[in-house]
Amino acid sequence: MNKILLVIQREYLTRIQKKSFWIASLLGPILITAIYAVPIWLATQDKEVKRIEILDESGLFQTSDLVDKEVEFKLVNKPVSDLKSSFTKEGYTAFVHLPKDLLAHSEDIKIYSEKNLSLPLKSSIERVIEKKVRAILMKDAGIASEVYEKTQIEVSSETITVSEKGDETSSSSGGAMILAGVMGMLLYVTLLLYGSQVMNGVIEEKSSRIIEVIISSIKPYQLMLGKILGVGMVGLTQFLLWIVLTIGLSQVASKFYSANPMQQKVEQIKKVDPEVAKKMDDASPMAEVTKVIESTNIPLVVGGFLFYFLFGYLLYSSLFAAIGSAVESTAEAQQFTFIVMLPIILAFIMAQFTMQDPDSTMAFWASMIPFTSPINMMVRLPYGVPMWELATSMTLLVVGFLGCSWVSARIYRVGILMYGKKITVKEMAKWLFYKG
Amino acid sequence: MILSIQNVVKRYADHTALAGVSLEIPKGQIFGLLGPNGAGKTSLIRIINQITAPDEGKVFFDGELLQPKHVEQIGYLPEERGLYKKMKVGDQLMYLAQLKGLSKAEALSRLKDWFIRLDIKDWWNKPVDDLSKGMQQKTQFIATVVHEPKLLILDEPFSGFDPINANMLKDEILGLKERGTTILFSTHRMESVEELCDSIALINHSQVVLTGEKDEVRNRFKKHAYEVRYSGDLGESKAYEIISKAPENNSAIIKLAQPDQTNQAIASLIKQVDLFEFKEVIPSFNDIFIQVVGETK
Repeated sequence: MNKILLVIQREYLTRIQKKSFWIASLLGPILITAIYAVPIWLATQDKEVKRIEILDESGLFQTSDLVDKEVEFKLVNKPVSDLKSSFTKEGYTAFVHLPKDLLAHSEDIKIYSEKNLSLPLKSSIERVIEKKVRAILMKDAGIASEVYEKTQIEVSSETITVSEKGDETSSSSGGAMILAGVMGMLLYVTLLLYGSQVMNGVIEEKSSRIIEVIISSIKPYQLMLGKILGVGMVGLTQFLLWIVLTIGLSQVASKFYSANPMQQKVEQIKKVDPEVAKKMDDASPMAEVTKVIESTNIPLVVGGFLFYFLFGYLLYSSLFAAIGSAVESTAEAQQFTFIVMLPIILAFIMAQFTMQDPDSTMAFWASMIPFTSPINMMVRLPYGVPMWELATSMTLLVVGFLGCSWVSARIYRVGILMYGKKITVKEMAKWLFYKG
Repeated sequence: MILSIQNVVKRYADHTALAGVSLEIPKGQIFGLLGPNGAGKTSLIRIINQITAPDEGKVFFDGELLQPKHVEQIGYLPEERGLYKKMKVGDQLMYLAQLKGLSKAEALSRLKDWFIRLDIKDWWNKPVDDLSKGMQQKTQFIATVVHEPKLLILDEPFSGFDPINANMLKDEILGLKERGTTILFSTHRMESVEELCDSIALINHSQVVLTGEKDEVRNRFKKHAYEVRYSGDLGESKAYEIISKAPENNSAIIKLAQPDQTNQAIASLIKQVDLFEFKEVIPSFNDIFIQVVGETK
């Protein structure tokens, strides 16, 4: 036991002393923070106001009709040919030519610009014109503009889960889906990442020929177990660092965000009108995140994640170790790694369907079978899973791990001493039945 | 006996590596384990190191049935040896020493002694990658002996050593023997057998074909042949038979008609020629090896 600890210690320390470990630990949180911080930051930036000239041959528009947050319009009355040569010089991004019979041929609008027009700008222009044209058409049809305003409603719904006891929780299907996706992805990446780290560690020991010295001191299964646990602890350390650093970075980012002048204006508006404040809060991305956090059983999800990472990792890494033992180089390992990677990739593909319909028969079986259950059960967990299913899945995973590690240990102990022989899967199967 | 191997059989899927091998290795000796490639030496060494287990037969270490606790009393330098390339020399040796059951403090103090003794103090923080091959060999040797094993197993220890390091290794081996360590020494380099070993065992085709003390084995292979140097004309005699003659060196090899009747042969010789030298031909281990391996094909 003492010696397994020594192996764990060596595997752990040599890995966390590497630069690549710290680079990955830092880059992860920076990327995660950037993914949601950058769009928010961009959205709050003061935009440069674009200036657009409008040549209105229909005569329907007044300056008061042409109002937009991001665009400044100016009605002009010059020939098209003059405008074409002058608009850029006078500092306009584009000019719009509205035909005489605009009401009948609203598709005949032409926008001239020097560079390709950005989509948001194009839709801003179209929105303004559309609004006016619609108002005129409504009036012609005898509908008062107030009636029109009133019918402009947006449908949004609140989802609530009801337990058998009748407890209601405000839930968030969108949020659950995001959470499920993130965790599925994270498990997929880490199973592959740390699994292949174990494999490369085994190959290193074998190809550098230190293996024979080591196994004259400890049993092969002790070395294998120590290596797997050591690398697994590196994985857990990395998760921990990611979580702590992401929370830290988000705090910094949100301080930066609230110090932004636009946000300060928003805060002022909120203070004046509580009604508006509530609406704004409900619509903000933070509200959705808060809702997810409130509606999910966080300890269950975190605990589940750690469990499925740990046992999924143990199961797969023992198989990766067996492959590493049978080959002499990483290049040679490729033909076998595919066999182990296949179920992980399959599990990840199944998870896409599980996410769409977490209660389907396929989702049920995918979250029961040990090879696919880590990713698929984690995808189902945020939506809520019956306790007996979770317990069965966990038990099966532990049993699967014990089975795989038995198989792997038997291949490993023969493989690590096998040199200069082309190994096939059939050959490895034979090793299972070799005596000590 | 430090090691008593009784009827050990080891079979692999397609061949038998050891077919009923029995060996007694006395304490405090340097014991040569000889044999051609593929004879079963490495299989036997792996069984003694408990890397694999025998299919049949028993191994006793210092009177006890071989068991896991004994690995801490055995030191093993395999033929194909390596180190963790990225690890520092000091960390690496600490790790290997602790795997052999030394406490951290003990490992540290013993390693420090070795580093001072071999004058390699400034290596402690160097990654193995930066060491020359000779330096790596020294590191591996320290790892093999740092836990002061009762039995030291060296598989082709001199392969790849330059003459200076080979000499250092030889001195260390002799020093260890003086301090009571038994050394099991596997090789097919016969000159080091002549030089170092007290006893030998020759394995061929999975079986022990020859074993005994070095001088006793040599005596067994004596052919009662003598080398003579002389001047004059050497002719036949009843006392001996001429096996070969090299007139240009004035020397010949003769075989006595009656073993041990050297005086008669000499008397007969000095009647014919002026005799300068009369010396028994002692078979070299090289000859013995080739002869025995040839006979047991």
